[in-house]
Amino acid sequence: MATRSRRASLVETTVLQPLDWVDERTAAVRATKWFLFRNVPRDISWAQTLGSAALTAFIVQTVTGVVLAMYYQPSSAIDPITGKPVAYSSIEHITNEVTLGWLVRGMHRWGASVFVILLFLHMGRVFLFGAYKYPRELTWITGVLLLVTGMLLGFTGYLLPWDQTAYWATVVGINLNGTAPFLGPWLAEFLASGPEITSDALAKWYALHMLVLPGAVIGLIFVHIYLVTRLGVSSPPWSAGAAGRERPAARPEGARTGLVRGSGGGK
Amino acid sequence: MSDTGHDNSHLPGPSLWPIGFAVGIACLLLGLVINWVVAAVGAVIAVVFGLLWARDVTREVRGEVPEIEPETRMIAEEPAPAPAVAAPVPLPTYTRSRFLEATTIGLGAAIGAVVTVPVLGFAVLPSFTNVEEDEVDLGPIENFPVGTYVVASYLSNPQQGEVSRRTAFVRNNRAPDAGEPSFTILYSRCVHLGCPVQPNGPIDEAGLKEIEGIELRPVLAQSFGCPCHGGLYDAEGNRQAGPPVRSMDRYTFSIRNGRLVLGELYAVGNVSGTGADARISKYPWSTPGTHVDGVESWLYPIVPSQVTR
Repeated sequence: MATRSRRASLVETTVLQPLDWVDERTAAVRATKWFLFRNVPRDISWAQTLGSAALTAFIVQTVTGVVLAMYYQPSSAIDPITGKPVAYSSIEHITNEVTLGWLVRGMHRWGASVFVILLFLHMGRVFLFGAYKYPRELTWITGVLLLVTGMLLGFTGYLLPWDQTAYWATVVGINLNGTAPFLGPWLAEFLASGPEITSDALAKWYALHMLVLPGAVIGLIFVHIYLVTRLGVSSPPWSAGAAGRERPAARPEGARTGLVRGSGGGK
Repeated sequence: MSDTGHDNSHLPGPSLWPIGFAVGIACLLLGLVINWVVAAVGAVIAVVFGLLWARDVTREVRGEVPEIEPETRMIAEEPAPAPAVAAPVPLPTYTRSRFLEATTIGLGAAIGAVVTVPVLGFAVLPSFTNVEEDEVDLGPIENFPVGTYVVASYLSNPQQGEVSRRTAFVRNNRAPDAGEPSFTILYSRCVHLGCPVQPNGPIDEAGLKEIEGIELRPVLAQSFGCPCHGGLYDAEGNRQAGPPVRSMDRYTFSIRNGRLVLGELYAVGNVSGTGADARISKYPWSTPGTHVDGVESWLYPIVPSQVTR
């Protein structure tokens, strides 16, 4: 084409053709556009960003948690050097000696509260806007499961410093579970790894806190966000425009149209 | 040119003989390891089923006509309606793909179960097996003055360290020469939600006796209180105020060679009377916060200690 500029052909060969190559094999570009390039109601506000904020808080918890796991040791045995339990000593080590450890632990410790608070604010927004109604019931239900697993993350993480507060708060928490009818005492004995908290309980709670529950949360987040993407953001109750506008039809000129500025389409 | 008909014409029908053949081979290989008799049986099975399979597969080549049941039908009383009127109802069939689907799902489930069940057992069962705590020797009974409580603190499992520290409130109810020995031994765990109950009175730290890792501290207390949620118990462990749902747990005990030995824990519904004359309603030990008597105890029909002890 004679009219094509030099820059356009450069974009074509260095960016778009590789993207087409990947997309032809994986549909990744089309999926990304499906996920990100969505119509939202005209009158949404900052209130609709609370879910993304909670997701961000969870990502912060994941990253800081992974780093903390490199230094934390879930053992109730007495450290021969400090004379204190190994778990507590490793927390002291992280807080007082590891470079920037105080910061990462603080982010994780306070971020846990931020995460739970954001979950509640997000839930309150969805409730007050009636955004849980048809067709978003399953988004609400997965959100409730996320709230429960998020609270369980807080519950299991609280034991890990292995100090008096952690220990007795967990004793009370376990025995609260124990008062559930029929299976309560069995659940309590499973959580305590015996009639009372034993040395196995700390490692068990650590495994629950860093493997089982985050895995569950990540899986639920994928389902939750898939549903949000599929069903779209609901209009606020006071919205004048009709909710649930149709998506524009897929454009024939190529999947990556509009993905890179200057590649045509203008969408 | 099309050869699709040619491709389809020689497909053998579904057959169970290969499975029998495979079982025979597996049996033969197993027998080679464990027993020649098993191997022989496996070989016979493999040969028999192999021959049957071969006969089945080569039937067409050998020109044998497969046996087909003669087609029969009921004699209609009225002339049958025209077949085009009602759409033919498809008969339920059990096709090859249905069979493969069922086997895939079934074998997958079996493999999943074989892997999952032991792992689940490993995750759950250790919390309920070998959880009995050993008896604890608290030392000579002369260390327990008559009529006052002694705070006894010990490690129920020294290998586990401080996490296994237990505290009991021990009161000697009778002088040694006044008849059968009687002790009131309360467990310090609050039966509301498991916090450490404290004696409401001064602990005599100067009177501390340490014998073989057991710490004994005399205390002047006629009641016990829990710092967490305000549970209050009297000298017999009965609830006086606050949220506890039963009386304080107690230990069984025995006297051996003049030494006090703690046995297992049990839950107490209520205690009437005091000291050596107390009448204790005893129940299997259960988690703090669970009722052992009254209507509410129906919520906890089977507790772990009934099964694991």
